[in-house]
Amino acid sequence: MRKDAIFIGVEVKDEYTSDPALGAKLNEVCPVNIYRGTETGVDIDEAAIDECVLCGLCYDAAPEGAVAVLKLYEDGAALR
Amino acid sequence: MRFFEYEAREIVKRAGIPVTDYGFTTDAAEAKTIAARIGGPTVIKSQVLTGGRMKAGGVKFADTPEEAEAHAADILELEINGHEPRGVLVDPKADVKQEYYMGVVWDGAAKRPLMLFSDMGGIDIEQVAEEHPDHVGRGHFSTLDPFSDFMAKQVIADAGVTGKALQRCTPILARLAQLFLDNDMLLAEINPIAELHDGTFVALDAHMEMENEGMGRQKALIKALGIGAEEGTRETYVPSAFEEAVSAVDAADHRGVIQGKDNGFDGTIGLIIGAGGGSLTLTDAVRQQGGKPANYSEIGGNPSVAKACGLAKAVLAKDGVEKIAVMMSIVSNTRVDIVARGVIKACLELGKDPAETIAIFRIPGAWEEEGFKILDKYGIEYCDRSVSLWEAAGRAVAKIQGEAA
Repeated sequence: MRKDAIFIGVEVKDEYTSDPALGAKLNEVCPVNIYRGTETGVDIDEAAIDECVLCGLCYDAAPEGAVAVLKLYEDGAALR
Repeated sequence: MRFFEYEAREIVKRAGIPVTDYGFTTDAAEAKTIAARIGGPTVIKSQVLTGGRMKAGGVKFADTPEEAEAHAADILELEINGHEPRGVLVDPKADVKQEYYMGVVWDGAAKRPLMLFSDMGGIDIEQVAEEHPDHVGRGHFSTLDPFSDFMAKQVIADAGVTGKALQRCTPILARLAQLFLDNDMLLAEINPIAELHDGTFVALDAHMEMENEGMGRQKALIKALGIGAEEGTRETYVPSAFEEAVSAVDAADHRGVIQGKDNGFDGTIGLIIGAGGGSLTLTDAVRQQGGKPANYSEIGGNPSVAKACGLAKAVLAKDGVEKIAVMMSIVSNTRVDIVARGVIKACLELGKDPAETIAIFRIPGAWEEEGFKILDKYGIEYCDRSVSLWEAAGRAVAKIQGEAA
């Protein structure tokens, strides 16, 4: 699942989108509430994506390669 | 914070300045009782926080207590400039020989209090200063150094007052100056201070305004005057549509802070400015280089993208504003990239080209490398800390006014 705003894009690899535990964890760590934990997994709040402060906490909370934050103003370069 | 005349008189009285034996009431029958106690002709004055009382019929003279009651009943029903009266002040009609003016006002330009005195009291001091400047004495004094009566005496003497009047007025003006300092006032005015035929001096009217930020320190006085916290500052300022819009954006998000003012601004340069005194410095810099700001604003405290976007949208929605200048002094907690995103987003959502709409972006500091990447992407002219606030403001003025010409 990938959602793009104007400046930032956020991607959660498909194999992790149905993990409620990951959704809850991402929801907990994201300071600007981009991720929402649902009963069935992970959702991304499109309206919040451009508020991303590039903190990388979602990378730290998720298994390696599960999430990506993309800087659309830099040709889609990943934060990490 | 503003005070009614009856409260201002009480403040004056507490400072040891002679006042008449007045009474305040909200009841016409009580006005009669007060007039009877005074025992002679009286003046019935509406207590409203607006000018023009005399013209509106809010000040009437009475020869008897019954007449005072009738006038009070009329005045209590009289709305003046949209203001309902708080009550009426029943004042003895003074046996005046001469009226003087004395006041202390905060001089924002000099950053010191300014004493004013005139031997032409009872009329607006602005009118006297314009038509009879030789009848006005002026003098600044320090808020830190001890006040000396001599400073008051000099001001009175400068207005051409000598002899007994000079001697009698000096301690009164000195007490007014001390009152100003002790009570965190912005304005403390007695107009007129009257010399009676028996040679005594008495305050016949007073106006006081306290600095809003001083209200916390002056709780005891405010309580003693019977003013409840629910009355606030009693300011009648009506925010503009722009100011309301900015306040709403600010209130919607706890992150960071934005403010916007446009009362008195009629220019075309939209300003998104802030940081450590940057707003005032930049507004001055724009004006001094011939620019006409459309607004004043403050942005800081690490606002969200939405907040920066909301402020920029509100500024761009103002009549005649085609471009904005986004400028701050060096930021530490506010992020350059977040503000950049916000102002660009505002342009895009309004269907404007950010490169054309943002005349200059001069915010150096935290996350500037990331911010500059964003600005590069959208072709916006930006500069770092090597460009002074003055120069950035000048570039914005040249760009916006140059294209308008």
